[in-house]
Amino acid sequence: MTQLALVIDLNVCVGCHACVTSCKEWNTSGQAGPLVDKNAYGEDPTGTFFNRVQSFEIGTYPQTETVHFPKSCLHCEEPPCVPVCPTGASFKREEDGIVLVDYDKCIGCKYCSWACPYGARELDEQQRVMKKCTLCVDRIYDESLPEDERKPACVLSCPTSARLFGDIHDENSEVSRAIREDAGYQLMPEWGTKPSNHYLPRRKTRVKIYKDELERVDNPLSKEERKRHNAPGTGPSLDDMTSW
Amino acid sequence: MHPAFSVIFLTTLIGAGQGLFLALFTGQIFSQFKLMPAQNDYNFYVIGSLIALVLMALGLFSSFFHLGHPERAWRSAAKWRTSWLSREVIALPATMIAIFVYGLAHYMGWKDPIFTMPGGTAVDATLLAGLVATVLTYTLFVCTGMIYGCIKFLQEWHTPLTVINFILMGTASGFTLATALSAYMGTDLTSFYASWAIFFTLLALIFRLASIQRNKRIKPRSDLKTAIGVNHNKIRQMSQGSMGGSFNTREYFHGKKAGFVKSIKVIFLILAFIVPLVLLGISLGSPSAYVVPALAILIQYLGLLAERWYFFADANHPQNMYYQQIS
Repeated sequence: MTQLALVIDLNVCVGCHACVTSCKEWNTSGQAGPLVDKNAYGEDPTGTFFNRVQSFEIGTYPQTETVHFPKSCLHCEEPPCVPVCPTGASFKREEDGIVLVDYDKCIGCKYCSWACPYGARELDEQQRVMKKCTLCVDRIYDESLPEDERKPACVLSCPTSARLFGDIHDENSEVSRAIREDAGYQLMPEWGTKPSNHYLPRRKTRVKIYKDELERVDNPLSKEERKRHNAPGTGPSLDDMTSW
Repeated sequence: MHPAFSVIFLTTLIGAGQGLFLALFTGQIFSQFKLMPAQNDYNFYVIGSLIALVLMALGLFSSFFHLGHPERAWRSAAKWRTSWLSREVIALPATMIAIFVYGLAHYMGWKDPIFTMPGGTAVDATLLAGLVATVLTYTLFVCTGMIYGCIKFLQEWHTPLTVINFILMGTASGFTLATALSAYMGTDLTSFYASWAIFFTLLALIFRLASIQRNKRIKPRSDLKTAIGVNHNKIRQMSQGSMGGSFNTREYFHGKKAGFVKSIKVIFLILAFIVPLVLLGISLGSPSAYVVPALAILIQYLGLLAERWYFFADANHPQNMYYQQIS
Protein backbone atom coordinates (compact mmCIF):
# COMPACT_ATOMS: atom_id res chain seq x y z
CA MET A 1 0.00 0.00 0.00
CA THR A 2 1.30 3.37 -1.00
CA GLN A 3 0.81 6.39 1.21
CA LEU A 4 2.16 9.54 -0.36
CA ALA A 5 3.00 12.27 2.11
CA LEU A 6 5.16 15.26 2.84
CA VAL A 7 7.90 15.36 5.43
CA ILE A 8 8.63 18.90 6.55
CA ASP A 9 11.92 19.67 8.23
CA LEU A 10 11.36 22.43 10.78
CA ASN A 11 15.10 22.57 11.32
CA VAL A 12 15.56 23.76 7.77
CA CYS A 13 12.43 25.81 7.09
CA VAL A 14 13.23 29.52 7.07
CA GLY A 15 9.63 30.68 6.77
CA CYS A 16 9.98 32.30 3.33
CA HIS A 17 6.42 31.41 2.18
CA ALA A 18 7.71 30.22 -1.20
CA CYS A 19 5.71 27.01 -0.78
CA VAL A 20 2.58 29.07 -0.05
CA THR A 21 2.81 31.16 -3.21
CA SER A 22 3.95 28.26 -5.34
CA CYS A 23 1.05 26.13 -4.10
CA LYS A 24 -1.41 28.92 -4.74
CA GLU A 25 -0.01 29.54 -8.22
CA TRP A 26 -0.19 25.91 -9.28
CA ASN A 27 -3.55 25.13 -7.78
CA THR A 28 -5.29 28.31 -8.86
CA SER A 29 -4.32 27.64 -12.46
CA GLY A 30 -5.51 24.06 -12.65
CA GLN A 31 -8.53 22.55 -14.32
CA ALA A 32 -10.32 22.22 -10.96
CA GLY A 33 -10.95 25.97 -10.96
CA PRO A 34 -9.32 28.88 -9.17
CA LEU A 35 -8.56 29.22 -5.49
CA VAL A 36 -10.62 32.33 -5.20
CA ASP A 37 -9.42 35.51 -3.54
CA LYS A 38 -11.81 38.18 -2.36
CA ASN A 39 -10.73 41.80 -1.83
CA ALA A 40 -7.22 40.73 -2.71
CA TYR A 41 -6.11 44.37 -2.66
CA GLY A 42 -8.91 45.68 -0.47
CA GLU A 43 -9.36 46.31 3.20
CA ASP A 44 -10.20 42.82 4.36
CA PRO A 45 -8.51 40.40 1.99
CA THR A 46 -9.39 36.73 2.16
CA GLY A 47 -8.89 33.73 -0.03
CA THR A 48 -8.55 30.00 -0.31
CA PHE A 49 -5.14 28.57 0.42
CA PHE A 50 -4.03 24.95 0.67
CA ASN A 51 -0.85 25.76 2.50
CA ARG A 52 0.21 28.38 5.00
CA VAL A 53 3.42 29.07 6.89
CA GLN A 54 2.89 30.07 10.48
CA SER A 55 5.49 31.25 12.98
CA PHE A 56 5.78 30.42 16.63
CA GLU A 57 8.04 31.74 19.34
CA ILE A 58 9.33 29.14 21.77
CA GLY A 59 10.66 30.16 25.18
CA THR A 60 10.98 33.46 26.99
CA TYR A 61 12.96 36.37 25.59
CA PRO A 62 15.94 36.43 25.21
CA GLN A 63 16.04 32.63 25.38
CA THR A 64 13.77 32.23 22.40
CA GLU A 65 13.69 30.32 19.21
CA THR A 66 11.45 30.94 16.23
CA VAL A 67 9.86 27.96 14.59
CA HIS A 68 8.37 28.41 11.15
CA PHE A 69 5.60 25.93 10.71
CA PRO A 70 4.16 25.12 7.27
CA LYS A 71 0.63 23.79 7.64
CA SER A 72 -1.46 21.96 5.08
CA CYS A 73 -3.67 18.87 4.90
CA LEU A 74 -1.85 15.98 6.54
CA HIS A 75 -3.55 13.26 4.46
CA CYS A 76 -4.29 11.23 7.58
CA GLU A 77 -4.27 7.46 7.40
CA GLU A 78 -7.47 7.57 9.48
CA PRO A 79 -8.96 10.79 8.12
CA PRO A 80 -11.80 11.92 10.44
CA CYS A 81 -13.11 14.21 7.68
CA VAL A 82 -13.94 11.36 5.28
CA PRO A 83 -16.55 9.21 7.11
CA VAL A 84 -18.58 12.26 8.19
CA CYS A 85 -19.10 13.47 4.62
CA PRO A 86 -22.77 12.81 3.79
CA THR A 87 -22.28 12.67 0.03
CA GLY A 88 -19.02 10.76 -0.34
CA ALA A 89 -17.42 13.82 -1.94
CA SER A 90 -14.56 13.50 0.55
CA PHE A 91 -12.59 10.35 -0.02
CA LYS A 92 -9.22 8.76 0.53
CA ARG A 93 -7.68 7.21 -2.55
CA GLU A 94 -6.92 3.53 -2.24
CA GLU A 95 -3.95 3.61 -4.57
CA ASP A 96 -1.86 6.36 -2.98
CA GLY A 97 -3.65 7.46 0.20
CA ILE A 98 -4.30 11.03 -0.95
CA VAL A 99 -7.40 12.55 0.69
CA LEU A 100 -9.37 14.43 -1.96
CA VAL A 101 -12.65 16.29 -2.40
CA ASP A 102 -14.84 15.73 -5.44
CA TYR A 103 -15.85 19.32 -6.21
CA ASP A 104 -18.78 18.11 -8.31
CA LYS A 105 -20.30 16.13 -5.44
CA CYS A 106 -19.56 18.46 -2.51
CA ILE A 107 -22.66 20.23 -1.21
CA GLY A 108 -20.65 22.69 0.89
CA CYS A 109 -22.14 21.68 4.25
CA LYS A 110 -18.79 22.30 6.04
CA TYR A 111 -19.25 19.26 8.26
CA CYS A 112 -15.89 17.80 7.19
CA SER A 113 -14.16 21.02 8.22
CA TRP A 114 -15.64 20.64 11.70
CA ALA A 115 -14.35 17.08 11.81
CA CYS A 116 -10.73 18.04 11.01
CA PRO A 117 -8.81 18.94 14.17
CA TYR A 118 -6.08 20.65 12.14
CA GLY A 119 -8.27 23.14 10.28
CA ALA A 120 -6.88 21.90 6.98
CA ARG A 121 -10.05 22.43 4.96
CA GLU A 122 -11.38 25.70 3.60
CA LEU A 123 -14.68 26.50 1.95
CA ASP A 124 -14.10 28.33 -1.31
CA GLU A 125 -16.13 31.53 -1.16
CA GLN A 126 -16.96 31.50 -4.85
CA GLN A 127 -17.26 27.85 -5.81
CA ARG A 128 -19.00 27.08 -2.49
CA VAL A 129 -17.24 23.74 -2.11
CA MET A 130 -14.72 22.46 0.40
CA LYS A 131 -11.11 22.59 -0.74
CA LYS A 132 -7.86 21.30 0.60
CA CYS A 133 -4.34 20.25 -0.36
CA THR A 134 -4.39 17.64 -3.15
CA LEU A 135 -0.67 16.85 -2.90
CA CYS A 136 -0.70 18.25 -6.46
CA VAL A 137 -2.40 15.11 -7.69
CA ASP A 138 -2.68 16.76 -11.12
CA ARG A 139 1.07 17.15 -11.26
CA ILE A 140 2.74 14.17 -9.63
CA TYR A 141 1.34 11.73 -12.22
CA ASP A 142 1.70 14.04 -15.22
CA GLU A 143 3.89 12.15 -17.66
CA SER A 144 4.33 15.20 -19.86
CA LEU A 145 6.53 16.66 -17.13
CA PRO A 146 10.15 15.61 -16.66
CA GLU A 147 10.32 12.94 -13.99
CA ASP A 148 12.08 15.09 -11.40
CA GLU A 149 9.31 17.68 -11.68
CA ARG A 150 6.55 15.21 -10.83
CA LYS A 151 6.43 16.49 -7.27
CA PRO A 152 4.06 18.83 -5.42
CA ALA A 153 4.61 22.49 -6.25
CA CYS A 154 5.55 23.32 -2.67
CA VAL A 155 8.31 20.71 -2.64
CA LEU A 156 9.80 21.97 -5.87
CA SER A 157 9.75 25.58 -4.76
CA CYS A 158 11.33 25.15 -1.33
CA PRO A 159 14.71 26.92 -1.52
CA THR A 160 16.10 25.09 1.49
CA SER A 161 14.74 21.64 0.61
CA ALA A 162 12.79 21.58 3.85
CA ARG A 163 9.98 19.65 2.17
CA LEU A 164 10.39 16.03 1.18
CA PHE A 165 7.81 14.08 -0.77
CA GLY A 166 7.41 10.34 -1.10
CA ASP A 167 5.79 7.12 0.03
CA ILE A 168 5.95 6.74 3.80
CA HIS A 169 4.93 3.07 3.53
CA ASP A 170 8.05 2.26 1.53
CA GLU A 171 10.67 1.86 4.20
CA ASN A 172 13.50 2.60 1.80
CA SER A 173 12.10 5.88 0.57
CA GLU A 174 13.74 9.20 1.35
CA VAL A 175 10.77 10.24 3.49
CA SER A 176 10.70 7.02 5.52
CA ARG A 177 14.40 7.31 6.19
CA ALA A 178 14.00 10.92 7.26
CA ILE A 179 11.17 10.01 9.65
CA ARG A 180 13.13 7.09 11.04
CA GLU A 181 16.53 8.68 11.39
CA ASP A 182 15.63 12.30 12.14
CA ALA A 183 12.85 11.67 14.68
CA GLY A 184 9.90 12.48 12.45
CA TYR A 185 6.67 13.10 14.35
CA GLN A 186 2.96 13.61 13.74
CA LEU A 187 0.71 16.49 14.80
CA MET A 188 -1.88 15.90 17.56
CA PRO A 189 -1.33 12.15 17.71
CA GLU A 190 -3.81 12.00 20.62
CA TRP A 191 -6.83 11.89 18.30
CA GLY A 192 -5.78 8.74 16.46
CA THR A 193 -5.96 10.37 13.05
CA LYS A 194 -2.52 9.01 12.11
CA PRO A 195 -1.42 11.92 9.93
CA SER A 196 0.70 10.83 6.97
CA ASN A 197 2.59 14.10 6.78
CA HIS A 198 5.39 14.15 9.31
CA TYR A 199 7.50 16.94 10.72
CA LEU A 200 11.16 16.77 11.58
CA PRO A 201 12.05 18.56 14.82
CA ARG A 202 14.50 21.36 15.38
CA ARG A 203 17.94 19.92 16.02
CA LYS A 204 20.92 21.44 17.79
CA THR A 205 24.04 21.20 15.68
CA ARG A 206 27.17 21.60 17.77
CA VAL A 207 30.69 20.96 16.54
CA LYS A 208 33.25 20.14 19.19
CA ILE A 209 36.73 21.20 18.07
CA TYR A 210 39.79 20.10 20.00
CA LYS A 211 42.86 22.26 19.94
CA ASP A 212 45.08 19.62 18.40
CA GLU A 213 42.67 19.41 15.52
CA LEU A 214 43.57 22.95 14.56
CA GLU A 215 47.11 21.91 13.78
CA ARG A 216 47.87 19.00 11.52
CA VAL A 217 49.91 16.48 13.42
CA ASP A 218 51.24 15.13 10.13
CA ASN A 219 52.23 18.51 8.74
CA PRO A 220 55.35 17.90 6.59
CA LEU A 221 56.81 21.23 7.62
CA SER A 222 58.65 21.39 10.92
CA LYS A 223 57.47 23.77 13.64
CA GLU A 224 60.29 26.20 12.88
CA GLU A 225 59.66 26.08 9.19
CA ARG A 226 55.99 26.76 9.78
CA LYS A 227 56.73 29.75 11.95
CA ARG A 228 59.11 31.13 9.39
CA HIS A 229 56.68 30.38 6.62
CA ASN A 230 53.79 32.21 8.30
CA ALA A 231 55.71 35.25 9.54
CA PRO A 232 54.68 38.36 7.61
CA GLY A 233 57.16 39.57 5.06
CA THR A 234 59.08 36.34 4.98
CA GLY A 235 58.67 33.08 3.17
CA PRO A 236 57.62 32.59 -0.39
CA SER A 237 55.02 34.95 -1.87
CA LEU A 238 53.06 35.10 -5.09
CA ASP A 239 55.87 37.15 -6.56
CA ASP A 240 58.15 34.14 -6.28
CA MET A 241 55.81 32.06 -8.45
CA THR A 242 54.87 34.41 -11.23
CA SER A 243 56.71 36.83 -13.37
CA TRP A 244 54.74 39.89 -14.26
CA MET B 1 -17.48 27.39 16.76
CA HIS B 2 -19.27 30.07 14.81
CA PRO B 3 -23.02 29.66 15.42
CA ALA B 4 -24.82 29.43 12.07
CA PHE B 5 -28.43 30.55 12.23
CA SER B 6 -29.48 28.06 9.57
CA VAL B 7 -28.45 25.20 11.86
CA ILE B 8 -29.81 26.92 14.98
CA PHE B 9 -33.25 27.20 13.34
CA LEU B 10 -33.02 23.68 11.92
CA THR B 11 -32.30 21.98 15.23
CA THR B 12 -34.74 24.03 17.32
CA LEU B 13 -37.62 23.88 14.82
CA ILE B 14 -37.43 20.15 14.13
CA GLY B 15 -36.92 19.57 17.87
CA ALA B 16 -40.16 21.39 18.65
CA GLY B 17 -41.95 19.57 15.82
CA GLN B 18 -40.75 16.20 17.03
CA GLY B 19 -41.68 17.11 20.61
CA LEU B 20 -45.15 18.20 19.53
CA PHE B 21 -45.71 14.87 17.80
CA LEU B 22 -44.50 13.01 20.89
CA ALA B 23 -46.95 15.07 22.95
CA LEU B 24 -49.83 14.21 20.63
CA PHE B 25 -49.03 10.54 20.70
CA THR B 26 -48.53 10.53 24.47
CA GLY B 27 -52.02 12.00 24.81
CA GLN B 28 -53.45 9.34 22.51
CA ILE B 29 -51.64 6.51 24.32
CA PHE B 30 -52.91 7.70 27.69
CA SER B 31 -56.48 7.76 26.50
CA GLN B 32 -56.16 4.56 24.48
CA PHE B 33 -54.86 2.66 27.48
CA LYS B 34 -57.59 4.25 29.56
CA LEU B 35 -55.27 6.12 31.86
CA MET B 36 -57.24 9.20 30.98
CA PRO B 37 -60.80 9.84 29.77
CA ALA B 38 -61.00 8.99 26.08
CA GLN B 39 -60.43 11.89 23.72
CA ASN B 40 -62.91 12.40 20.96
CA ASP B 41 -61.58 15.61 19.48
CA TYR B 42 -59.63 14.15 16.56
CA ASN B 43 -59.20 17.61 15.07
CA PHE B 44 -56.62 18.18 17.76
CA TYR B 45 -54.44 15.34 16.49
CA VAL B 46 -54.88 16.38 12.87
CA ILE B 47 -54.03 20.04 13.48
CA GLY B 48 -51.26 19.09 15.89
CA SER B 49 -49.66 16.79 13.30
CA LEU B 50 -49.99 19.56 10.73
CA ILE B 51 -48.22 22.05 12.98
CA ALA B 52 -45.48 19.51 13.73
CA LEU B 53 -45.04 18.97 9.99
CA VAL B 54 -44.92 22.71 9.30
CA LEU B 55 -42.26 23.20 11.99
CA MET B 56 -40.13 20.39 10.61
CA ALA B 57 -40.57 21.63 7.05
CA LEU B 58 -39.43 25.10 8.16
CA GLY B 59 -36.42 23.51 9.83
CA LEU B 60 -35.62 21.56 6.68
CA PHE B 61 -36.00 24.75 4.62
CA SER B 62 -33.69 26.59 6.97
CA SER B 63 -31.04 23.88 6.71
CA PHE B 64 -30.66 24.57 2.99
CA PHE B 65 -29.21 27.98 3.81
CA HIS B 66 -26.31 26.19 5.44
CA LEU B 67 -25.28 24.55 2.17
CA GLY B 68 -22.95 25.92 -0.45
CA HIS B 69 -24.80 23.93 -3.11
CA PRO B 70 -28.41 23.35 -1.99
CA GLU B 71 -29.28 21.94 -5.42
CA ARG B 72 -27.02 18.97 -4.67
CA ALA B 73 -28.63 18.28 -1.29
CA TRP B 74 -30.12 15.02 -2.57
CA ARG B 75 -26.61 13.57 -2.68
CA SER B 76 -26.33 13.80 1.08
CA ALA B 77 -28.34 10.63 1.67
CA ALA B 78 -25.53 8.56 0.15
CA LYS B 79 -23.19 7.85 3.06
CA TRP B 80 -25.64 6.79 5.76
CA ARG B 81 -23.34 3.91 6.70
CA THR B 82 -20.72 6.26 8.13
CA SER B 83 -22.15 9.76 8.46
CA TRP B 84 -24.64 10.88 11.10
CA LEU B 85 -25.45 13.87 8.92
CA SER B 86 -26.44 11.54 6.11
CA ARG B 87 -28.54 9.52 8.56
CA GLU B 88 -30.29 12.70 9.66
CA VAL B 89 -30.97 13.60 6.04
CA ILE B 90 -32.80 10.27 5.69
CA ALA B 91 -34.45 10.28 9.13
CA LEU B 92 -35.93 13.78 8.81
CA PRO B 93 -38.15 13.18 5.76
CA ALA B 94 -38.94 9.64 7.00
CA THR B 95 -40.18 11.06 10.29
CA MET B 96 -42.15 13.73 8.47
CA ILE B 97 -43.82 11.10 6.29
CA ALA B 98 -44.66 8.99 9.35
CA ILE B 99 -46.16 12.00 11.15
CA PHE B 100 -48.09 12.85 7.98
CA VAL B 101 -49.49 9.30 7.88
CA TYR B 102 -50.35 9.60 11.58
CA GLY B 103 -52.24 12.85 10.99
CA LEU B 104 -53.88 11.39 7.89
CA ALA B 105 -55.05 8.32 9.82
CA HIS B 106 -56.72 10.63 12.33
CA TYR B 107 -58.18 12.81 9.60
CA MET B 108 -59.58 9.86 7.68
CA GLY B 109 -60.82 8.31 10.89
CA TRP B 110 -59.11 4.95 10.42
CA LYS B 111 -60.25 3.80 13.82
CA ASP B 112 -61.30 0.24 13.02
CA PRO B 113 -59.26 -2.05 15.27
CA ILE B 114 -56.71 -4.01 13.27
CA PHE B 115 -56.23 -6.38 16.16
CA THR B 116 -56.92 -6.46 19.87
CA MET B 117 -54.20 -6.76 22.46
CA PRO B 118 -54.55 -9.28 25.31
CA GLY B 119 -55.51 -6.47 27.71
CA GLY B 120 -58.47 -5.66 25.53
CA THR B 121 -56.95 -2.57 23.93
CA ALA B 122 -57.91 -2.17 20.32
CA VAL B 123 -54.97 -1.36 18.08
CA ASP B 124 -55.94 0.75 15.09
CA ALA B 125 -54.07 2.42 12.23
CA THR B 126 -53.47 5.66 14.16
CA LEU B 127 -51.77 3.77 16.97
CA LEU B 128 -49.55 1.82 14.59
CA ALA B 129 -48.63 4.91 12.58
CA GLY B 130 -47.92 6.76 15.82
CA LEU B 131 -45.70 3.96 17.01
CA VAL B 132 -43.65 3.99 13.81
CA ALA B 133 -43.45 7.78 13.91
CA THR B 134 -42.30 7.67 17.55
CA VAL B 135 -39.46 5.30 16.72
CA LEU B 136 -38.47 7.54 13.81
CA THR B 137 -38.74 10.67 15.94
CA TYR B 138 -36.27 9.28 18.45
CA THR B 139 -34.04 8.08 15.62
CA LEU B 140 -34.03 11.61 14.27
CA PHE B 141 -33.22 13.05 17.71
CA VAL B 142 -30.28 10.66 18.03
CA CYS B 143 -29.03 11.46 14.51
CA THR B 144 -29.22 15.21 15.10
CA GLY B 145 -27.48 14.96 18.45
CA MET B 146 -24.82 12.57 17.19
CA ILE B 147 -23.84 14.92 14.36
CA TYR B 148 -22.34 17.04 17.12
CA GLY B 149 -21.68 14.33 19.68
CA CYS B 150 -19.57 12.13 17.39
CA ILE B 151 -16.76 14.64 16.81
CA LYS B 152 -14.44 13.56 19.55
CA PHE B 153 -12.07 16.50 19.61
CA LEU B 154 -14.93 18.95 20.09
CA GLN B 155 -14.85 17.92 23.72
CA GLU B 156 -17.77 20.16 24.73
CA TRP B 157 -19.99 18.16 22.39
CA HIS B 158 -18.49 14.70 22.69
CA THR B 159 -20.73 13.48 25.48
CA PRO B 160 -24.02 11.56 25.77
CA LEU B 161 -25.42 14.77 27.27
CA THR B 162 -25.51 16.27 23.77
CA VAL B 163 -28.02 13.69 22.52
CA ILE B 164 -29.93 13.70 25.81
CA ASN B 165 -30.24 17.48 25.73
CA PHE B 166 -31.43 17.53 22.14
CA ILE B 167 -34.13 15.00 23.06
CA LEU B 168 -35.16 16.71 26.30
CA MET B 169 -35.22 20.27 25.00
CA GLY B 170 -37.09 19.26 21.84
CA THR B 171 -39.60 17.28 23.88
CA ALA B 172 -40.03 20.09 26.42
CA SER B 173 -40.76 22.69 23.73
CA GLY B 174 -43.10 20.26 21.96
CA PHE B 175 -45.13 19.62 25.10
CA THR B 176 -45.31 23.35 25.85
CA LEU B 177 -46.58 23.89 22.33
CA ALA B 178 -49.11 21.09 22.83
CA THR B 179 -50.29 22.82 26.02
CA ALA B 180 -50.87 26.06 24.12
CA LEU B 181 -52.57 24.23 21.26
CA SER B 182 -54.92 22.25 23.48
CA ALA B 183 -55.76 25.34 25.49
CA TYR B 184 -56.53 27.21 22.27
CA MET B 185 -58.65 24.40 20.89
CA GLY B 186 -60.37 23.96 24.20
CA THR B 187 -59.65 20.25 24.65
CA ASP B 188 -59.48 19.00 28.21
CA LEU B 189 -55.86 17.91 27.76
CA THR B 190 -54.35 21.25 28.76
CA SER B 191 -53.54 20.36 32.35
CA PHE B 192 -52.21 16.97 31.23
CA TYR B 193 -49.84 18.60 28.73
CA ALA B 194 -48.92 21.43 31.08
CA SER B 195 -47.81 18.99 33.77
CA TRP B 196 -45.80 16.93 31.26
CA ALA B 197 -44.29 20.13 29.83
CA ILE B 198 -43.25 21.17 33.34
CA PHE B 199 -41.72 17.74 33.88
CA PHE B 200 -39.72 17.79 30.64
CA THR B 201 -38.67 21.44 31.00
CA LEU B 202 -37.42 20.72 34.50
CA LEU B 203 -35.61 17.59 33.33
CA ALA B 204 -34.10 19.49 30.39
CA LEU B 205 -32.94 22.22 32.77
CA ILE B 206 -31.25 19.67 35.03
CA PHE B 207 -29.43 18.01 32.13
CA ARG B 208 -28.49 21.32 30.53
CA LEU B 209 -27.01 22.50 33.85
CA ALA B 210 -25.18 19.18 34.05
CA SER B 211 -23.60 19.75 30.64
CA ILE B 212 -22.67 23.34 31.59
CA GLN B 213 -20.97 21.99 34.70
CA ARG B 214 -19.22 19.29 32.69
CA ASN B 215 -17.97 21.72 30.07
CA LYS B 216 -16.62 24.05 32.72
CA ARG B 217 -14.18 21.39 33.82
CA ILE B 218 -13.00 20.18 30.44
CA LYS B 219 -9.28 19.78 30.09
CA PRO B 220 -8.35 20.19 26.45
CA ARG B 221 -6.50 17.11 25.27
CA SER B 222 -4.60 19.09 22.67
CA ASP B 223 -2.39 22.05 23.32
CA LEU B 224 0.18 23.99 21.31
CA LYS B 225 2.78 21.38 22.26
CA THR B 226 1.03 18.61 20.34
CA ALA B 227 -0.33 21.03 17.74
CA ILE B 228 3.12 21.90 16.42
CA GLY B 229 5.06 19.13 18.13
CA VAL B 230 7.43 21.21 20.21
CA ASN B 231 7.84 20.09 23.80
CA HIS B 232 8.05 23.43 25.56
CA ASN B 233 5.72 25.08 28.04
CA LYS B 234 6.12 28.54 26.56
CA ILE B 235 4.91 28.61 22.98
CA ARG B 236 3.37 31.71 21.48
CA GLN B 237 2.11 32.21 17.98
CA MET B 238 3.72 35.13 16.17
CA SER B 239 2.01 34.83 12.83
CA GLN B 240 -0.88 32.77 11.49
CA GLY B 241 0.45 33.07 7.99
CA SER B 242 -1.96 35.63 6.60
CA MET B 243 -2.80 39.23 7.35
CA GLY B 244 -6.46 38.93 6.38
CA GLY B 245 -9.08 36.51 7.59
CA SER B 246 -9.69 33.08 6.18
CA PHE B 247 -12.23 30.30 6.47
CA ASN B 248 -10.29 29.18 9.53
CA THR B 249 -10.79 32.48 11.32
CA ARG B 250 -14.47 32.78 10.34
CA GLU B 251 -15.90 29.29 10.78
CA TYR B 252 -14.45 28.32 14.14
CA PHE B 253 -14.56 31.56 16.14
CA HIS B 254 -17.79 33.13 17.39
CA GLY B 255 -16.02 36.49 17.54
CA LYS B 256 -17.92 37.70 20.59
CA LYS B 257 -16.57 38.82 23.94
CA ALA B 258 -16.61 36.35 26.82
CA GLY B 259 -19.11 38.55 28.66
CA PHE B 260 -21.54 38.36 25.75
CA VAL B 261 -21.36 34.56 25.67
CA LYS B 262 -21.89 34.43 29.41
CA SER B 263 -24.92 36.71 29.21
CA ILE B 264 -26.42 34.47 26.51
CA LYS B 265 -26.06 31.58 28.93
CA VAL B 266 -28.00 33.43 31.64
CA ILE B 267 -30.60 34.56 29.09
CA PHE B 268 -31.26 31.08 27.76
CA LEU B 269 -31.48 29.58 31.25
CA ILE B 270 -34.15 32.16 32.12
CA LEU B 271 -36.05 32.18 28.82
CA ALA B 272 -35.94 28.51 27.91
CA PHE B 273 -36.53 27.09 31.37
CA ILE B 274 -37.41 29.43 34.26
CA VAL B 275 -40.04 31.63 32.59
CA PRO B 276 -41.81 28.74 30.80
CA LEU B 277 -41.90 26.80 34.07
CA VAL B 278 -43.66 29.70 35.80
CA LEU B 279 -46.07 30.24 32.91
CA LEU B 280 -46.84 26.54 32.65
CA GLY B 281 -47.50 26.50 36.37
CA ILE B 282 -50.02 29.31 35.90
CA SER B 283 -51.49 27.44 32.96
CA LEU B 284 -51.89 24.37 35.13
CA GLY B 285 -54.13 26.40 37.42
CA SER B 286 -56.24 27.97 34.69
CA PRO B 287 -56.32 25.57 31.74
CA SER B 288 -58.72 27.62 29.63
CA ALA B 289 -56.50 30.68 29.18
CA TYR B 290 -54.49 29.96 26.05
CA VAL B 291 -52.51 33.21 26.08
CA VAL B 292 -50.36 32.03 28.98
CA PRO B 293 -49.10 28.78 27.40
CA ALA B 294 -48.83 30.54 24.02
CA LEU B 295 -46.53 33.05 25.68
CA ALA B 296 -44.71 30.16 27.32
CA ILE B 297 -43.88 28.45 24.03
CA LEU B 298 -42.87 31.72 22.35
CA ILE B 299 -40.50 32.61 25.17
CA GLN B 300 -39.23 29.05 25.43
CA TYR B 301 -38.51 28.96 21.70
CA LEU B 302 -36.58 32.24 21.91
CA GLY B 303 -34.69 30.77 24.85
CA LEU B 304 -33.89 27.63 22.89
CA LEU B 305 -32.55 29.75 20.02
CA ALA B 306 -30.22 31.38 22.55
CA GLU B 307 -29.39 27.96 23.98
CA ARG B 308 -28.41 26.62 20.56
CA TRP B 309 -26.33 29.73 19.89
CA TYR B 310 -24.50 29.13 23.15
CA PHE B 311 -24.14 25.44 22.34
CA PHE B 312 -22.13 26.34 19.22
CA ALA B 313 -20.22 29.23 20.74
CA ASP B 314 -19.26 27.05 23.71
CA ALA B 315 -17.45 24.48 21.56
CA ASN B 316 -13.76 25.23 21.19
CA HIS B 317 -12.23 23.70 18.07
CA PRO B 318 -8.59 22.59 18.40
CA GLN B 319 -7.73 24.25 15.08
CA ASN B 320 -8.20 27.61 16.84
CA MET B 321 -4.77 27.11 18.39
CA TYR B 322 -3.28 27.70 14.95
CA TYR B 323 -5.09 31.03 14.57
CA GLN B 324 -4.27 33.10 17.64
CA GLN B 325 -2.22 35.90 16.20
CA ILE B 326 -2.41 37.72 12.87
CA SER B 327 1.23 38.82 12.98
